[in-house]
Amino acid sequence: MRRDRELDEELRSHLRMAEQDRIARGEPPAVAAANALREFGNFGLVKEITREMWRGAWLDRWLNDLRFGVRMLRRSPGFAVMAILCLTVGIGANATVYGWVEGLLLRPYPAVAHEEQLLVLAGTRRGSTGYDEIAWPDFLDLARRCTLIETFIGDKITGVTLSIGDRAEVATGSIVSANYFDAIGVRPILGRGFLPGEDVGRNAHPVTVISYRLWQERFRGDPDIIGKKQSLNGVPFTIVGVAPPPFYGTFVGYPFQFWVPASMQGLLEGGDYKLEDRGAVWLEPFARLKPGVTREQAEGEIAGVMRQLEREYPTTNRGRSMVLLPLWRSPFNASGELLPTLRIALAVATFVLLIACANVGNLLLVRALGRRHELTVRLAIGAGRRRLVAQLLTESLILSALAAVGGCAVAYICRDVLSAIFSSFNGIVYRLPAEIDWRVLALSAGICTLSTLAFGLVPALLTSRIDLAGALRSGSASVVGGGRGSLVRSGMVLVQVALSFVLLVSVGLVVRSVARMRDADPGFATRDVVLTGFNLLAAGYDTVKATEFQDALLARVQALGGVQSAAFARIPPFSYATYGSAPVTFETYQPAPDEQATAQFNQVGPGYFATLGIPIVSGREFTRDDNGTSAHVAIVNETMVTRYWRGANPIGTRFKVKNEWVNVIGVAKDAKYESVREAPKPFFYLPLRQRFAGRFVVFLRTKLDPKQLATPVLRAVHAIDPLVAPASIITLREQMAITSASQRITVLLLAMFGGLALALAAVGLYGLMAYAVSQSSRELGLRMALGAKAADLLRLVMSQGLALTAAGVVVGAAGALALTSLMTDLLYQVSPRDPRAFGIAGAVMAAVAALACLGPALRAASADPLRVLRD
Amino acid sequence: MTRIELLQGTLDLIVLQTLRWGPRHGYGIAQMIRAGSRNVLQVDTGSLYPALHRLERQGVIVADWSVSENNQRVRVYKLTAKGRKRLAAERSKWAQLTEAIQGIMAQPAEGET
Repeated sequence: MRRDRELDEELRSHLRMAEQDRIARGEPPAVAAANALREFGNFGLVKEITREMWRGAWLDRWLNDLRFGVRMLRRSPGFAVMAILCLTVGIGANATVYGWVEGLLLRPYPAVAHEEQLLVLAGTRRGSTGYDEIAWPDFLDLARRCTLIETFIGDKITGVTLSIGDRAEVATGSIVSANYFDAIGVRPILGRGFLPGEDVGRNAHPVTVISYRLWQERFRGDPDIIGKKQSLNGVPFTIVGVAPPPFYGTFVGYPFQFWVPASMQGLLEGGDYKLEDRGAVWLEPFARLKPGVTREQAEGEIAGVMRQLEREYPTTNRGRSMVLLPLWRSPFNASGELLPTLRIALAVATFVLLIACANVGNLLLVRALGRRHELTVRLAIGAGRRRLVAQLLTESLILSALAAVGGCAVAYICRDVLSAIFSSFNGIVYRLPAEIDWRVLALSAGICTLSTLAFGLVPALLTSRIDLAGALRSGSASVVGGGRGSLVRSGMVLVQVALSFVLLVSVGLVVRSVARMRDADPGFATRDVVLTGFNLLAAGYDTVKATEFQDALLARVQALGGVQSAAFARIPPFSYATYGSAPVTFETYQPAPDEQATAQFNQVGPGYFATLGIPIVSGREFTRDDNGTSAHVAIVNETMVTRYWRGANPIGTRFKVKNEWVNVIGVAKDAKYESVREAPKPFFYLPLRQRFAGRFVVFLRTKLDPKQLATPVLRAVHAIDPLVAPASIITLREQMAITSASQRITVLLLAMFGGLALALAAVGLYGLMAYAVSQSSRELGLRMALGAKAADLLRLVMSQGLALTAAGVVVGAAGALALTSLMTDLLYQVSPRDPRAFGIAGAVMAAVAALACLGPALRAASADPLRVLRD
Repeated sequence: MTRIELLQGTLDLIVLQTLRWGPRHGYGIAQMIRAGSRNVLQVDTGSLYPALHRLERQGVIVADWSVSENNQRVRVYKLTAKGRKRLAAERSKWAQLTEAIQGIMAQPAEGET
């Protein structure tokens, strides 16, 4: 640098002038030079402190430290690589999880304008804790009467069969209000969104906006696509627009392929037209508040409108109200399901980071010992403690900055991992992307800085406290190693063991919970039942034709070899499809003034209970004679009998579903309907033949493998109608697995992070013990010379390592007892203090610790006393 | 002979005062302070050069390269307008200070008479 050179020249000219003056006064040249220099003082030091006066000197100094730090790290690449790897794991784990939180919970719809202003509108029912969907007429009334809300946006996920040419496939899309695209600020790249009024009128506006992907993949980017017809569920729709490429819909979980206006709901969903039915709750809307309006104010207004509606429509709206939720609390998509998983992942990633920091801290301490000489010399020639600490921290910052870059790269690579894992579980295309935006990057930078302080500060402070005189006198005595230093190192290893123990316990708990769920009795047979789904709407069937198809199919599959029985149902248990839900009234049961008795129901065909192995406690099950021309009947479950008949025999009595009386002909044993974790709830069954559903599944009771059945079933279907395509055949167990996917993700994440943590802790323990053995080789040699056997030394080292581990496990157990209760939501029939999980975690920890200590212990035992003492 | 180490503020004042008679290099300033104080005031290079560079940064003096009487390239400092103002202010402060201290010192200490 020019300035440096000039300073050098300036000081040199000073020296020279002093020297010349001395010569002029008669000193001999050699003496004059020496005297001038003595008078001048420490040339380098003068330069150094003069430079301090310059503007931006600190930056200069820091750049110097940086250069020096890089040089020092390059001199010990093994240490540098190890430390950076540890930190990359820690920072990478965090960046990945933050990316998921950002992409799935906080900013799930980046293509939507001002997505942070969107709120979810969810229905509530007095006396119940969950959330419901919203009825369309209520939605319209809210939009008309609320003044604090800028827009209400109607939205509901739906699935259809899409046929293009001779290919048919299942696609996911949305039924939306006409203002949808305008309200969320998504402008179609071709054509238009929906026009006002297109969500009005029964099946009046068969128009659709398709996704960019569908346009590219199925229509090869046809520029003249607008105005062309596309069949959805066998109904021709006119394509009026193509959505921009980054827009996947407003749903967390699946990428959407098409959008249709709400007026088409009846035709698409097959059967009930729900737009005029205040009792049918199905819409999953969003709301955007007017500027300056708080959520509480808006909720207050909505509650007021809902009270008006309750007075106006008591039969359907009794006890119903609505709340506004932030996007991440939406009960209507995968975010609600992922919330507990991501919360745990966040905690676990933090643990991994802490363990990594402890590890690198220990590495730094051990390394400081190797640099004792260099540091002592630097202190001796006048470097300040503060400068030394700054220098050491700069080196730590280099490590963590490199690791932060690596960590962000890890997060970027892992951004689609969740989608991949979920998709691999059940072969459906999921979209669960991480969003690596500036906020995630800023957070990673913050973590990087914090962890630098966490792992770098203690070693730096300890190292700078070198006893100068002592260190210079004795070349070899431990300066950092003894006393405080070793205590700190043991402490860090203890923390690592404790943290990984907590993780191991969590892994154990979740694994046991998943096993419990798998073994839980759902109230129906989970073995020897396979199923496949049909969508007759797609093939343009009406009620009569569909019933004929079902009869023909039943006859054919029952005739297949190896099939014991077969039955239909509208919805299979444990699926994401929602059961029908209706207000019910009874002749003998008088509801409380503000109680609205409702129950969920499913439509099932003859032989359903026998095929699924649900016992009929009394009465009979449906037969082919329970059809459109006979009296309307129902089978109720035991909880419904207990609640609404007070345990009396309901057979022969009747109850009202919406506005229609049905006779009870049987009582079925309680089963689980949506998840094994649900509480018993009132549930009833109606005959499929009395309440037609265009979409249904067929169950086969068989010992055969689904693969063996695929061809015969397909042949049977095509013999009846070659245009009907069944979904692939899966076992009922596989069907149930779909809804436990998030549980399994949690297990996977926890197991992965737990494994990482365990490995890091093992490395830490190994490092500590190996270092301790190498430092005390004299002592070990002496002991051996005095008669200790190899086995004694082995025991000595092992017992020290295991004692430290035991202490870590005790601390970890205390921590786990406090922390695992946070997992209660996630656990099924496993106490968060499950002794077996704690026991197994302890055993694993002990085994890994023993393995980590074994190497150093063997080295200690193989010490040659003669050589050690001679050295 | 006792030599007195200078405090920072005092050193700044003396350096500015020295430069009042014209541009000078660092060695010259040191020599002049020593001669002017009849060898009582000793200026370390470790204090002088940081002071010069600090004053330069504050804009009260400017530095330039020139050639000395014995043909050496030297860095010479001279006062700026701002420096003259500062010097005037510091001088009057100094005068007040010495007067005040002398006043205190001149009072007979208790029990001294």
